[in-house]
Amino acid sequence: MNKVVANAEEAIKDIESGATIMFGGFGLCGIPENCIQAIVKKGINNLTCISNNAGVDDFGIGLMLQKRQLKKMIASYVGENAEFERQLLSGELEVDLVPQGTLATRCMIAGYGIPFVPLLAGVGTEVAEGKETVTRNGKQYLIEEAFDADFAIVKAWKGDKLGNLIFRDTARNFNPLMAMAGKITIAEVEELVEPGTLDPNTIHTPGIYVNRIFQGVTYEKRIEQRTTRKRN
Amino acid sequence: MALNKEQIAQRIAKELQDGYYVNLGIGIPTMVANYIPDGINVVLQSENGLLGMGPFPFEGDEDADLINAGKQTITTLPGSAIFDSAMSFGMIRSGRVDLTVLGAMEVAENGDIANWKIPGKMVKGMGGAMDLVAAAKNIIVAMQHTDKAGNSKLLPKCSLPITGLRCVKKIVSDLGVFDVAAGGFVLREYAPGVTVEEIKAKTAGKLTIAADVKEISF
Repeated sequence: MNKVVANAEEAIKDIESGATIMFGGFGLCGIPENCIQAIVKKGINNLTCISNNAGVDDFGIGLMLQKRQLKKMIASYVGENAEFERQLLSGELEVDLVPQGTLATRCMIAGYGIPFVPLLAGVGTEVAEGKETVTRNGKQYLIEEAFDADFAIVKAWKGDKLGNLIFRDTARNFNPLMAMAGKITIAEVEELVEPGTLDPNTIHTPGIYVNRIFQGVTYEKRIEQRTTRKRN
Repeated sequence: MALNKEQIAQRIAKELQDGYYVNLGIGIPTMVANYIPDGINVVLQSENGLLGMGPFPFEGDEDADLINAGKQTITTLPGSAIFDSAMSFGMIRSGRVDLTVLGAMEVAENGDIANWKIPGKMVKGMGGAMDLVAAAKNIIVAMQHTDKAGNSKLLPKCSLPITGLRCVKKIVSDLGVFDVAAGGFVLREYAPGVTVEEIKAKTAGKLTIAADVKEISF
């Protein structure tokens, strides 16, 4: 078993135009920076992206938007990105806005082998349009489908060569859910270690879900809203 | 004088009860954390995956891996817990979060809320708002009473795309505190210096005045 690849270029080498790809992260927190840059460099297009957000104009998924690589974006919140809004309003980009909990749950059930799930969020709203519903105990629920993604690309703090992953702080967010949900899961990590180094009790994503892993380089980890307080 | 944003947050903070788990939305709701009354301990939930949200970090201590749902750098507290986004909405959906405070563009007299989209104009997305309003037991809306043109945002029916149906229980606007009851909006408290007549004139939805209506105190 060899899951270790040299770098992002090698990890994404079989991702072709037209693929559906999940990207972990919340805002710019916990995004797979190396793989995003490699996809931008590779220049593939017509991609469908599943990610909570769409980056900012000059970082994260925003870099792929700048190069018009996306056909469709599935996300819960896409503010903070002028180019996104422009492509959406001009009709260049197809967008499916999904409630955040629904987005997370549709990733989760994909990883758990559950095809669909009844959820309350969005009942009576535009989100419900065209969706099957089910009623239990007088409450109506929307039937929400598991995502079907060709690739899931996630960013972890530490990983071992068997693909076991540990995330750090709120950079966890969608990453472990998407790691379980891709047909092929690629993990980039800040620190890649030998099996046996990580305490099995602390693993967030078991290696069975991870197909490829590599240690990323030069993480910028950009902060979107730098908020601080003064020292007394 | 109508309330400023800080005062709206301060008034909402009086609704907090000891032991509450609370989700605060972006904007005025976030400021509620600055006014938690003495002797009241609440745990703040941030839907990107944190229970026990602490204050902003000291200058120089910012950590890109530790943010709130508004993408602001924050801190943890003793007893904080980190989890993934599915678990985060699991605790919301299953009713463990006692109170949600969020902003709104419009609220209808039946408790419908619109706060995620202006067709053809603003397309930022709903984020976690639809999940929160569908599930939370207690929702307080923090909002300006009227838009910039002076039109009421407390309406008979929402004109913008709906975020959730019949879910808002209470509104604190710059003009007053309102319950959302079976018969529409009920004015409970008015801002200092604001008359009941002014509030009536600026509320398009059905409004009744509580028999014990009084001035907001902090």
